[in-house]
Amino acid sequence: MNGTKAEVPTVRRDVVVIGGGPAGLAAAVAAKEAGCADVLLIERDRILGGILNQCIHDGFGLHTFKEALSGPEYAARFIDRFRELGIAAMEETIVLSLSADRVLEVSTRGTYQRIEAGAVILAMGCRERTRGAISIPGHRPSGVYTAGAAQNFMNLENIMVGKTVCILGSGDIGLIMARRMTLEGAKVEAVFEILPYSSGLPRNIQQCLNDYGIPLHLNTTVTDIVGKGRLEGIRVAQVGEDRLPIPETERYIPCDTLLLSVGLIPENELTRDAGVGMDPVTGGAVVDDSFMTSVPGIFACGNVLHVHDLVDWVSVEAAEAGKFAACFVREGSCALPSPIPVRPGSGVRYTLPQSVSGERDLTLSLRVSAPWRDRCVVVRDGGREIARKREMRLHPAEMIRIDLKKETVSGCSSLEVTVE
Amino acid sequence: MSTREFTCVVCPNGCSIVVDVDDDETPVVTRVQGNVCKRGESWARQEVENPMRTIASSVPVRWGDFPLASIRTSRPIPLSKIREVMEEIRKVSVEAPVEIGDVVLPSPAGCDTEVIATRKVRKVR
Repeated sequence: MNGTKAEVPTVRRDVVVIGGGPAGLAAAVAAKEAGCADVLLIERDRILGGILNQCIHDGFGLHTFKEALSGPEYAARFIDRFRELGIAAMEETIVLSLSADRVLEVSTRGTYQRIEAGAVILAMGCRERTRGAISIPGHRPSGVYTAGAAQNFMNLENIMVGKTVCILGSGDIGLIMARRMTLEGAKVEAVFEILPYSSGLPRNIQQCLNDYGIPLHLNTTVTDIVGKGRLEGIRVAQVGEDRLPIPETERYIPCDTLLLSVGLIPENELTRDAGVGMDPVTGGAVVDDSFMTSVPGIFACGNVLHVHDLVDWVSVEAAEAGKFAACFVREGSCALPSPIPVRPGSGVRYTLPQSVSGERDLTLSLRVSAPWRDRCVVVRDGGREIARKREMRLHPAEMIRIDLKKETVSGCSSLEVTVE
Repeated sequence: MSTREFTCVVCPNGCSIVVDVDDDETPVVTRVQGNVCKRGESWARQEVENPMRTIASSVPVRWGDFPLASIRTSRPIPLSKIREVMEEIRKVSVEAPVEIGDVVLPSPAGCDTEVIATRKVRKVR
């Protein structure tokens, strides 16, 4: 960059939303509906909707609209509302940096500008973990894709990625792609999962694998990738309790495609730029019960905050963040002191928000650390039980939400959530 | 007689349902166990006797700002009909503009459903 900052065109906006997927759309709509006249949404892609555009299967919106919509239809409901409200969007625009005083450097093809924001909502979503992230040894042929990349090729670009397919990881995207590729004429040999249980929703195991006779091998992982140029096959092996491969169980499976569905990573480079405090378990920001991060005026919601399994809850959470961001701009600050920490206890992997004010109703989101049947999720203030929710079925793949009333939380000194 | 096990997908409880099936000719459910609610029972019965699924795919679009329009069945179809329906879908292509809800294929393979577009595709120029 040659110019000094003084020469860069600079504009001032009230609420700036980074990301135009389900979280960003719901946050922008809610901020506008809460009375903020000047909302700007910035999206990297050329269209709004984010990952929903490639999720053409049905099942979205069961909670919000009481209908089983496809991803593009669910997105369209929010995009229509977004347009109705006349909210400004900058597509094909990338945020290069974000500072703690809420100044964004933004680049659109051939242009560069600074935006001083009254409040910022982080809604950048997440990325997929790649082969590199899980260090699978072997050759480096073509034909190894993340499940979402293959989904993008097939559903948006009309490119079939392969004929004989193996899938590593039983995450929902991998399961959905097993069905999708089968319907389009590919042979899906099997899905391999290193854990002793599937990390996808039961309905997807039934409707994407069992319906088509695709086997799911638990306690199994890929140990080698073979092929010069194009993938020729993989080696898989069962793993022991230490999750390390057992050499005697290794076998070779010929295939031309390997899809990886091995987890998602919240995309938080900008968040870290701004010096926002992070939660090492969620991979997202630490927030209070207004979804504000440790940096005043910077809010976070959706998959950039913590990875969700249902888009409906992304929309609900993002709408809260949008409402509080509008309030922050209007009142200078809506932040209440949040002196009550919330901690995950036995059986709980994380809880969100990480601290609460005790001055308003809130929803605790959490994930358990292992599958259980017929247990209770219990919230305690010190030794005193303040809430209990019985669940017939608890699974790490499914987020649990517990509504807490202001009166319940008010006066608590610290909250701990456990599975009992 | 045989028994089959399912994870119920009606709600997040995900009951493990065990179903006794008389499968001499067409499968008939004789007993359902493990379900917490009535909906689980009727779901399990349906799941054995005539499982229904919504399927999604996409069709090529001519003159569109995107090469594909995503589609789905407007109502669930019998699981056993999926292959036939997919074969019909594979023969379809449409011309932009496409609106959400446009019928791209009426009653595929004789099923009581329509194949509808689930995404808007604008006409180029």
